[in-house]
Amino acid sequence: MEINLTLIGQLITFAIVVWFTMRYVWPPLMANLEARQLLISNGLVQAAQAAVDLEQAQLLAKTLLDEAKTQAQVLLEQTQKRSLVLIEEARVDAQAEGQRVLSLAKNEIARESLAAKESLRHQVASMVVAGATKILGKEINQAANQQLLDDVINQQL
Amino acid sequence: MLNFVSISDASTYVQHHLSHWQWNVKTGQFNGDAGFWTVNLDSMIIALFAAMLYMGFFGWVAAHVKAGVPGKVQNGIEMILVFVQKLVGESFHGKSKLIAPLALTIFIWVFLMNLMDLLPVDFLPEALSLFGVAHFRSVPTADPNITFGMSLWVFVLLVYYNFKAKGCCGLGREMLTKPFGKWLFPLNVAFRLLEDCVKPVSLSLRLFGNMFAGELIFILIALVPWYVQWTVGGVWAIFHILIITLQAFIFMMLTIVYLSMAQDTH
Repeated sequence: MEINLTLIGQLITFAIVVWFTMRYVWPPLMANLEARQLLISNGLVQAAQAAVDLEQAQLLAKTLLDEAKTQAQVLLEQTQKRSLVLIEEARVDAQAEGQRVLSLAKNEIARESLAAKESLRHQVASMVVAGATKILGKEINQAANQQLLDDVINQQL
Repeated sequence: MLNFVSISDASTYVQHHLSHWQWNVKTGQFNGDAGFWTVNLDSMIIALFAAMLYMGFFGWVAAHVKAGVPGKVQNGIEMILVFVQKLVGESFHGKSKLIAPLALTIFIWVFLMNLMDLLPVDFLPEALSLFGVAHFRSVPTADPNITFGMSLWVFVLLVYYNFKAKGCCGLGREMLTKPFGKWLFPLNVAFRLLEDCVKPVSLSLRLFGNMFAGELIFILIALVPWYVQWTVGGVWAIFHILIITLQAFIFMMLTIVYLSMAQDTH
């Protein structure tokens, strides 16, 4: 073990290496680490904010959904009411229409029956006259006896 | 290689491996010891090589860092950095732009120099002997010049931080009155000087001693028959992976502690 010039050489080398580390190795690496720290802490803050935002958004969505449901319910109820009203109206209309059709039919029937009576009267009158002519053996003037015929027929019909 | 060796052969082999490749500054020749005016070329070259490796690698990583998701290499370097900074932060109270880079430099550089210990003892000497290099010791930290070259800077910084933190008067008062009170001031001064001067010596001799002993044992292991070498050699090499890391860590840690003590009042 002897001390020689190597010591001086090593003293110089050591100083240079330490200077190099102080100048070119430590500061950039440390600055970079701090930059990453900042990056990560910002990221975490943003993530927390995002979580809060998400919660709010979910709350909002739920509120909107609830509102929509309520509105739908209201609409449904309104529609049901309206449909009831419509059905009622339709029923009333239908009844009125039925009544109208019925009365029309009754009128028609009355008219038809009247017409039938009239026709029947004519036929019966003709038959009666024809029969009487046969029985009496002479011509009977239908027009002269019309009053008589009508009375008889009206009594019979 | 050396299946059976006589005692004299063994001692020549060990001697050979414990001689530096030296350069005589006075004569300009590669042999002959000129006392202080000699350079241990092997220690210098390997130390410089390790320094270049460290500066090149760390410098390159530092020049290409990105704040986003780091790559594996950057991640590893950052882990070392944070590890060192944590140690410095725990011990050193006060602000310093120097302590942490100093600690990092010591840790990595000393580790790389110690790592040479894990090369087979004959590898570099045999390879370089082909180029006419008679002696070569591959572990720079087994050379006290190298370890003192670092610990003396630690001593300089220790004195500097003492003055910086306490001023001339504060330091003077502390040296005169601690630890035995003002009436025993000669004893206090003597104790303090001894304490502070022993620090760099113990720092460098600890590393030197460990590495020298480790190297010596590897040399001795190389003397046993080749078919036994892998047992003892393997065990010692595995153990040495721990030792080289531990010694690098201890050198760094003690540097931090000494400088922290200089900064704080006793």
